[in-house]
Amino acid sequence: MQNVNAINSDFIEQEPKVNYLTNGFTLKSWLLTKDHKRIAIMYLITVSAFFMIGGLYAATIRLELLTPQSDLLETGTYNKVFTQHGVIMVFLFLIPVIPAILGNFLLPIMIGAKDLALPRINLLSLYVYWIGGALIMYALMQGGVDTGWTFYTPYSTTFSNTYVMAVGLGVFINGFSSILTGLNFIVTVHTMRAPGMTWFRLPLFVWANYATALVMILGTPVIAITILLLALERLGKVGIFDPAIGGDPILFQHLFWFYSHPAVYIMILPSMGVVSELISNFSRKKIFGYEFIAFSSIAIAVFGFLVWGHHMFVSGQSIYAGLVFSFLTMVVAIPSAIKMFNWAATLYKGSISYDTPMLYAIGFMGLFLIGGLTGLFLGSMGLTVHLTDTYFIVAHFHYVMVGGTVLGYMGGLHYWWSKMTGKMYSEFWGKISAMLVFVGFNLTFFPQFILGYQGMPRRYASYAEELQVLNIFSTAGASVLGLGLVMPLIYLTHSLIFGKKAPANPWMLPGLEWRIPSPPPTENFESTPIVTWEAYDFSEENGLDLDEARRRDLAATV
Amino acid sequence: MQSNSWVPLFPEQASTFAWQVDYLYFYLILVSVAFSIPIVLAIFYFFVKYREKEKYATPDEIHGSIVLETTWSIIPFVVSMTIFLGGAVIYYNQYRMPAEAMEIYVVGKQWMWKFQHSTGQREINELHVPVGRKVKLTMTTEDVLHDLFIPAFRTKADVVPGRYTSLWFEATKPGKYHLYCAEYCGLNHSGMGGWVYVMPQDEFDNWLAGGGGSNQTPVEAGKELFMNKLGCASCHAAGSGQRGPNLTGVFGTDQKLTTGQSVRADEEYIRNSILNPTGQIVEGYQPIMPTFKGQVTEEQLVSLVAYIKSLSGNAGNTGSMTTPATTGSSSNSNIANTTVPTIPKADRGNTNSGLSSNPNAPSQTTEQTNRQR
Repeated sequence: MQNVNAINSDFIEQEPKVNYLTNGFTLKSWLLTKDHKRIAIMYLITVSAFFMIGGLYAATIRLELLTPQSDLLETGTYNKVFTQHGVIMVFLFLIPVIPAILGNFLLPIMIGAKDLALPRINLLSLYVYWIGGALIMYALMQGGVDTGWTFYTPYSTTFSNTYVMAVGLGVFINGFSSILTGLNFIVTVHTMRAPGMTWFRLPLFVWANYATALVMILGTPVIAITILLLALERLGKVGIFDPAIGGDPILFQHLFWFYSHPAVYIMILPSMGVVSELISNFSRKKIFGYEFIAFSSIAIAVFGFLVWGHHMFVSGQSIYAGLVFSFLTMVVAIPSAIKMFNWAATLYKGSISYDTPMLYAIGFMGLFLIGGLTGLFLGSMGLTVHLTDTYFIVAHFHYVMVGGTVLGYMGGLHYWWSKMTGKMYSEFWGKISAMLVFVGFNLTFFPQFILGYQGMPRRYASYAEELQVLNIFSTAGASVLGLGLVMPLIYLTHSLIFGKKAPANPWMLPGLEWRIPSPPPTENFESTPIVTWEAYDFSEENGLDLDEARRRDLAATV
Repeated sequence: MQSNSWVPLFPEQASTFAWQVDYLYFYLILVSVAFSIPIVLAIFYFFVKYREKEKYATPDEIHGSIVLETTWSIIPFVVSMTIFLGGAVIYYNQYRMPAEAMEIYVVGKQWMWKFQHSTGQREINELHVPVGRKVKLTMTTEDVLHDLFIPAFRTKADVVPGRYTSLWFEATKPGKYHLYCAEYCGLNHSGMGGWVYVMPQDEFDNWLAGGGGSNQTPVEAGKELFMNKLGCASCHAAGSGQRGPNLTGVFGTDQKLTTGQSVRADEEYIRNSILNPTGQIVEGYQPIMPTFKGQVTEEQLVSLVAYIKSLSGNAGNTGSMTTPATTGSSSNSNIANTTVPTIPKADRGNTNSGLSSNPNAPSQTTEQTNRQR
């Protein structure tokens, strides 16, 4: 059985095969597909488009903040710009990006399945995402929304006369996309694993997506309920959150953060999964402490539900509630620390190659380290009283969301690009852009920690004169970061047409996804694979024909 | 620590919290550096030392180590507990209100801060406080959430519609410091700020004496509302046989409710009892009081609370050393005689039409007679 799935048998004979991309060229063959890979590609295109729109908003924000006065934009416009930056990035980019693109494409392949357990539901999730996204875009074009992505009441229910309900409905609908994806992943991991693919042979990317799926199906309904209540109050004038009609604004914050804190883990957990893959595969070394990394994902998913109150230390909740939330926040930091240590230990005595995905993984470790440690600053109540609602918190969550999620995603996208498209991207430009992103990111956001401690509040269109120097650094960094993120758009697109054809297994790695052709056939596997190896086993006994690969490389250089 | 360097790193330290928060901050930076250096060095060292020397090499497997996993779980946990405790102690100091403090009432509205001292002075977007005295701000808002933030004092608190939140500080250094709104509140959020002026006590007394538009103290204004304008005294004045409880000496005590629970009669309770009188009925009374919701502004509510507090001899600290506001409970007995039995609701509406405005419609709100205490 091993031989059937061995590398060389595939990449030599893959030519005549029809793959999932060549299997039908009509629009209908895409729009009505049940193939998880095609759905992933459609997600890739849409999510990338939203990422670009969100990025343009970010660029606008940084340009406005170049000077202390509110001069580039009217204050009201600025308020809409940062709100829409947040809404698009959080709901349309960060939440779906890794599960819906990389997870969708790879999760079935990594466990040896033909597709997700519920292919139609998978397609439905894409359509739901499109409808939600379209509604949000419609609202933005009609005039936008200015409540901040947090929609705090009573501003959002009684005072804002922008398109709150349209955006709210978009987020509401979009949530069902997450729920459907999460449901699908859980069912798939439980029922579709290939023979021999035991739970502890699962790649850690699968564990991470499984943990994410748990959070998605348990947390997302709460935001749906919250938005319904918000609509009930805004449209029906039922007093739920606005004290003027008998409601409680703090209730909204509890409900909102009960989802939105776990949502942070929806964003970061899959990225941690990607990084676990990258670190292990590019040092050709079994991941250190597999079980600890796997269970730390689950621990984060569980404890992540118990810490929402740390967003509300200054909101007027009781001191004692604050103490409990602060304590639990410290507890939830431990699993993240465990992952960090295990990744570092994995490198020990490895055989590390410096390919683009690995550079992104190392960048992730650096930025997530800072993001995580500054999380401790904010979990410490006495300090948070000073720091919350300032640029310190802006810097912190960008270190986690961009430094964590985006770098992990970029690493994963480069890593699996050859598998997804059948083409190799330019390694040279890949490395340049990875380094630009790292440098530009730090230059953008590190000064914001200092600005925050200085007391520059977030969501300010104008600020005190003495803070301009640091803001100039930040805007300069944003330009570098922007350049670093536009470059992949160019060279990855370029590779689709001009890129070298990708072998089935460019790096000679043992994962199931590398044992099938690039791009994979529609059914993924000719016959159901039988898994006889542990995850991250790089030895030749594991079916990796390393001699053949060396010959291949030699032939390529001649 | 001065903020006038080219790139300012820290705001000025101007309150008793400032050094505590800063020390905690330094401790956390120290912890962060202490954790980062070994990890980053290890990653770099491994990254260079174990770089790929031969393609497709197969290094020996290392499965993991329980000892290491335990170590790097327990050490961060212990360290994080020190961070938790340090933060908790400081938080407790920041948010547990001192018993004796000079009180200032704050009403936020889109997009300004209105302050009133207990001597009656009002300020907008400026707050004058004396150095070396505990100052307590009792805050609410007419519209949306706001957040009063003074970076130099290292403290802030959300200001929530429909309830009172409080903040206290003791300034340590005379000067002029930024005052911000830190909770997004709409169009001109970034313009909702001003300055805090910390002055030596004698200068502050001069400032207080020098006007600032003082007419009535909050207690006096509240008394006027209580006795005349709102007619509260008709049911709540001293003397037996009244429909409502006599409010003398009530503030700060525990009240037993008809539900069997008991509640502390604090600012929040008084406010709720005015706006939602049937919500928490004290044992022995009937739920007959009509609501005053929509008929009193936030600023009038603040005055009423101040007055009812003063009935318990809790005159508060006026800020000035020279003009203590003591409006005793003795003064209400004569008014009790002039009681109108029950003011029909419609009448009351008329009587107060000039005073009442929807606290949630800020654009219509005119500056009312009083705010405060």
